[in-house]
Amino acid sequence: MGDFERKFWKFVELFQGGSADSYLSEISTGLQNTVKIAVIGLLIGIVIGTLIATVRVLPKYRRLPRVLNGICSVYVSFFRGTPMVVQLLLFYYVALPLMDVNLPSVTVSCIVFGLNSGAYVSEIMRSGIQSVDPGQMEGGRSVGLSFATTMRRIVIPQAIKNILPTLGNEFISLIKETSVVSFIGATDLYVAFRKIGTSTYEFMIPYLVMAVIYIAMVLLISGLIKWMERSLRKSDRSH
Amino acid sequence: MIEVINLTKSFGDLQVLKGINLTIEKGEKVVIIGPSGSGKSTFLRCLNCMEDPTSGSVLFNGVDLTDMKVDINVQRQHMGMVFQHFNLFNNKTVLENITLSPILVQKKAMAKLRRQNLKYKLTGKKDKIAPASEIKSNAQIKAEAKENAMALLERIGLSDKADAYPSMLSGGQKQRVAIVRSLAMNPDVMLFDEPTSALDPEMVGEVLDVMKDLAKSGMTMVVVTHEMGFAREVGDRVLFMDDGKILEENTPDGIFNHPQNPRLQEFLSKVL
Repeated sequence: MGDFERKFWKFVELFQGGSADSYLSEISTGLQNTVKIAVIGLLIGIVIGTLIATVRVLPKYRRLPRVLNGICSVYVSFFRGTPMVVQLLLFYYVALPLMDVNLPSVTVSCIVFGLNSGAYVSEIMRSGIQSVDPGQMEGGRSVGLSFATTMRRIVIPQAIKNILPTLGNEFISLIKETSVVSFIGATDLYVAFRKIGTSTYEFMIPYLVMAVIYIAMVLLISGLIKWMERSLRKSDRSH
Repeated sequence: MIEVINLTKSFGDLQVLKGINLTIEKGEKVVIIGPSGSGKSTFLRCLNCMEDPTSGSVLFNGVDLTDMKVDINVQRQHMGMVFQHFNLFNNKTVLENITLSPILVQKKAMAKLRRQNLKYKLTGKKDKIAPASEIKSNAQIKAEAKENAMALLERIGLSDKADAYPSMLSGGQKQRVAIVRSLAMNPDVMLFDEPTSALDPEMVGEVLDVMKDLAKSGMTMVVVTHEMGFAREVGDRVLFMDDGKILEENTPDGIFNHPQNPRLQEFLSKVL
C-alpha cells in the first residue's frame, strides 16, 4: 500500500511542478475531444436516426419507400454489425484516401460516431414508435387525419416518452466508446492519460484517475436521465 | 349510401372475405353477427379502408374508396368508426380528443377559401369572392369546435370529464367519448366494431344506450356485435356472416325467430 501512496503523491506533484500546465492542457484537450465527439456524434446520430426511422415506419404500398427501406436496413446492419474501431479505420484509412480528402482525426471521429450512432438511434426511435399501441394510429386515421398528422400529433408525442431515456443510454455508450479514437490518432481522455503515463513511466494512477473521470461523466448523465424520466412520468400521472 | 361489390380480402394466403355484396341505405341500421374469425370485423374495417380490400370495391356516396386516387382521409371524415378498444388519444384530454380533427379540417377549409379568394381577387372575378363573414379566424374555429364538443359531452353526461385524460376514465366512459369523437365530425355513417366486447358487464348498458339514442336520431349505422338483444331491438337488418361470406340476411325477426341456414341455427343455439 505504501507503493500506491508514493505513486499517488508523485502523480499529484506532477500538477505542482513546472510542466503542470502542459499536463493539464493535455487532459483538458482530451476531455474536450471526448465530450465533443460524443455530443456531435449523438446530434448527427439523431438527425440520421430520425430520417431512417421515418423511412422504416412509413407504409410500404409504393415502390419508393420500399427501396429506401432496403437502403436503410443495409446501412443499419453495416453499422451495427461491425465494431466501431473497424468503422473508424475504414473511414480514415480507406474511404478518405480514396476520395482524396484530408480531415483532422477528431472531425473524422465525430462523423464516424455520428454515422454509427445514427444506426442505433434509428432502431431506438423505430422501436419507440412501434411500441405505441397501433390503435392510436387507427383512431387518428378513423377521424380522417392523415398518416403524417396522426404521427406528429398523436404517435410521436407518446413515443418520445419511450425514446428519450434510451437516447440517454446511447449517449453514455458513445462517451465510453470514444476511447477507441486513438486508433486514428485523435487525442481523447485515454490518450491524454497515456501520454502522462509514458512521460513519467508510471501508469497506475493516471489510468485510475482516467477511470474515475469516465465514471463521473457517466454518473452525471445517468443522473440527468433519471431526472428526465421522473419528470416525464410526472406528466403521466397528471394525465 | 354504401355499396359493396364483390369484396374480397386476404391476409397472405388466408382469404378472410370471399366475395361480399351489400347495399346499405341512408338511415339504415345494419347489424352483423357471426362467430369469431368469420370475417365480420375485417369486413367492417374494409368499409372505410382501415384494411385495404384485396379486390372488389366499396362505393361511399358514389365514390369508390378502393380507388387509390380518392383521398381516403377526406372520405373518412364522413365515416365515423368506433373500435373495440376505444383508441382514444392517450396524450390528449377528452375535449382535445373530440376537437382535434374538426379543428384541423376547418382550418384546412378556411385556408382553401382564402386561397380561392386571393385567386379571384387577382383574376378580377370580384363577384365570386366569399364574403368576409364566411372566413373564420382560428380562435373562432376553436371556440365553435369546443362548443360543439361540450354539447355532445353534455348529451352523454360526461361534460365534467372534458379536461380529464383517457387513462382517468372507465371503459364505458372511454367508449362513450370515442362515439362522441366520431360524431363531432358530423359523419354520414357510423361503423361500430364490437363496441362493447372489451367492457365490464355493468358498463355495456351505458354504451348501448348511447348507441340506441344515436339510432333514434336517424344515423346510418353498421354494427358488428355479440349483443343479440341490441341486434334484435335496433337493427333494421341483421347479417349473419361465417367463413368470409354473408350466409343469411333478414330482419331481426326473421334471423332470430326463423333462421334458415343450419350454421346460423347452430350459432344461435349457442349464444341465445
